[in-house]
Amino acid sequence: MLMENEPGALSRVANLFSARGYNIESLTVAPTEDPTLSRMTVVTAGDDAVVEQIMKQVNKLIEVFKVSDITEARRLERELMLVKVRAEGGEARAEMERLARIFRGAVVDVSPDSYIVQVAGDRKKLDAFLRAAGGANILETVRTGVCAIARANGKGK
Amino acid sequence: MKEITGAEIVIRSLQAEGVEYVFGYPGGAVLFIYDELFKQKKVRHILVRHEQGAAHAADGYARASGKPGVCLVTSGPGVTNAVTGIATAYMDSIPLVVISGQVPRRAIGEDAFQEVDAVGVTRSCTKYNVLIKRVEDIAPTIHRAFHIAASGRPGPVLVDIPKDITAELCEFAYPKSAPQLRSYNPTAEGHIGQIKKAMALIKKARRLMIYGGGGIISSNAAGEFTKFCEELGAPVTNTLMGLGGFPGGHSQFTGMPGMHGTYETNMAMQHCDLLLAVGARFDDRVIGNPEHFARESRHIVHIDIDPSSISKRVRVDVPIVGDVCAVLKKMRELLPKHPPDAKALKEWWKQIAEWQEKKCLRYKKRAGVIKPQQVIEALHKITGGDAFVTSDVGQHQMWAAQYYAFRKPRRWINSGGLGTMGFGLPAAMGAQFAHPDAAVACVTGEASILMCLQELSTCKQYRLPVKIVNLNNRYMGMVRQWQEFFHGNRHSESYMDALPDFVKLAESYGHSGMLVEDPADVEGALRDAFARKKELVFLDFVTDQNENVYPMIAAGKGLSEMVLAEEL
Ligand SMILES: Cc1cc2nc3c(=O)[nH]c(=O)nc-3n(C[C@H](O)[C@H](O)[C@H](O)COP(=O)(O)OP(=O)(O)OC[C@H]3O[C@@H](n4cnc5c(N)ncnc54)[C@H](O)[C@@H]3O)c2cc1C
Ligand SMILES: Cc1ncc(C[n+]2csc(CCOP(=O)(O)OP(=O)(O)O)c2C)c(N)n1
Ligand SMILES: [Mg+2]
Repeated sequence: MLMENEPGALSRVANLFSARGYNIESLTVAPTEDPTLSRMTVVTAGDDAVVEQIMKQVNKLIEVFKVSDITEARRLERELMLVKVRAEGGEARAEMERLARIFRGAVVDVSPDSYIVQVAGDRKKLDAFLRAAGGANILETVRTGVCAIARANGKGK
Repeated sequence: MKEITGAEIVIRSLQAEGVEYVFGYPGGAVLFIYDELFKQKKVRHILVRHEQGAAHAADGYARASGKPGVCLVTSGPGVTNAVTGIATAYMDSIPLVVISGQVPRRAIGEDAFQEVDAVGVTRSCTKYNVLIKRVEDIAPTIHRAFHIAASGRPGPVLVDIPKDITAELCEFAYPKSAPQLRSYNPTAEGHIGQIKKAMALIKKARRLMIYGGGGIISSNAAGEFTKFCEELGAPVTNTLMGLGGFPGGHSQFTGMPGMHGTYETNMAMQHCDLLLAVGARFDDRVIGNPEHFARESRHIVHIDIDPSSISKRVRVDVPIVGDVCAVLKKMRELLPKHPPDAKALKEWWKQIAEWQEKKCLRYKKRAGVIKPQQVIEALHKITGGDAFVTSDVGQHQMWAAQYYAFRKPRRWINSGGLGTMGFGLPAAMGAQFAHPDAAVACVTGEASILMCLQELSTCKQYRLPVKIVNLNNRYMGMVRQWQEFFHGNRHSESYMDALPDFVKLAESYGHSGMLVEDPADVEGALRDAFARKKELVFLDFVTDQNENVYPMIAAGKGLSEMVLAEEL
């Protein structure tokens, strides 16, 4: 959604979700090329009726300029993840580097017994990386939440 | 251009909006504003006795006049006291502009004296709210506040102004035309394609039911609505919020729908083949359980200015987003090409008449005991059905709604959505300010009236001749009724013990009071009270303690599952 880049606009959207009992799986927000507008991407879940209500309720907020549901649209979806992983001994370190490469990620910080790996992609890809790395090796993860954009001719698959 | 203070800008902005009355209560954060109020005469300040009263009075003024109500409160406790009133207006879509003082900008966030995050506290009960940060923003923000409060689906807007800004200087120029807001642009005209679809359904319908709500009142569309209904010839119901949108005594009017609606209306809502919903929001008190409601197959056309009201609880077939008045005008133009089926209509009325045979609003009078229904009927008679009637919340509210038969819009002023006890008296003050010469009655209960009783003092100060009709059953009757039906008749904390002597109480505030205990005295007392055109009279009617409101549908049940009086 596009909304006025004003203090309070974010809390109004967040408040609406909690006040009406809609869940937020992730939420990202940042200013757009027009500095008076921010773009927010919210990932939520609900049946068609719930999503329809969410759209209407969000649209009703005075600061919200435009809302689109891009669930069904052709879209690009990206999330950035930083993962601190265990990396002790040559073999483990090599294995982790390989894994990062497979996922088109990069090792961005190195310490004697751990790496920080950066991976970007859609949610499935990030989940897959975590699975591949193995739960025991993961010390800490930070994810930005999803941002998404509809492709040109975004309607239809 | 000359520079003036932020405080003066606030007042000059209110003047520019044509505000007659500001209901308020002073305090530290708004002292500069009060100082400016003092220096001028155009905007009249009404000093209430509690900020809840200020918000309700502004709300009552708005409902009675159709103009936005304005209130002014100080920071901290001033604004928290007003929250109940703001939420009440929000739930019923009433336009209010609330101006609250805030601690100086540099102190915000420091837990300063009387600091409350007013914008945070009122976020979910305002249509819009904003903290002003610069003196030059005051005028455009107030301008926007009035526009947002009164347009589209109306609602309360809160403008929070830090004290230091009200002392700063700035040039004043009030915007002349309506603000252009890219993110807020309510649709007034209905989509013509949708309107045509609706008309086609109307033409085909064999059992049309018209369900009109508060949107008719806020759209000032009672005239248009009434004509359209008459042209259609179908049965008409008005929700608790829509009463007066169609004349209560009209032969097509079948009474209120819902939990305490009439048998015939609820049966018709359930068994019609086309339901035309006009500015009504399928509230749970009206349709009960949506699953039961949806069980019967019928088409639904829904006119509402707020898209989020449509298909929220019940899926509708033809949504029409737009202003009731504009849409009905268009529909009336198209009606000659889509005449309703006269023969089918006749059959439908035969069915309605059968349901009406139940006479579900009949009640038994008893010698020596005042029936609450009879007080309302007498009130109708004495005031010619033309008074502004406010109410509190409880059984008395339902009886007022069922038995007063409101003939005109804006005459019935009650808290439907939030159900706020304490609303009635301050709302009556607001209505009386809007219509100084009109008869204004506050129908209340002995529990509700105690919640904003302090406003009796305001009534004295401004010589407001409100007539208080207290249906005193010594119970929180509505609570007792639910306990009787659903909690084994255990009256847990619903008995009103240690009640004041209301006559003496009224007198102590400088008003007159009357105690009425005999049914034979009801009409006379009311006549006497309303003849005292300049006085507030507190009528304390001692009513049947065990009377219940019928018909009744239990929460969560379907519309056909009514409990009628004689079945008990
Ligand atoms: C104790 C108690 C018992 C109650 N029992 C009942 C009962 O038995 N029956 C009953 O009906 N109610 C009852 N209520 C009231 C109920 O809770 C609701 O407040 C009420 O039913 C809502 O009325 P409404 O649908 O007309 O909507 P409102 O709350 O009046 O909403 C108006 C609708 O119209 C729309 N609108 C506003 N302006 C316009 C415009 N210009 N053009 C188009 N649309 C517009 C709005 O978007 C909104 O959807 C009871 C309340 C209490 C406290
Ligand atoms: C502020 C508030 N608190 C509690 C309630 C719950 N409530 C609804 S009706 C009612 C009893 C009202 O009693 P009274 O004013 O005597 O009216 P009656 O039902 O007896 O006519 C109560 C407590 C409410 N609606 N509002
Ligand atoms: Mg009572």
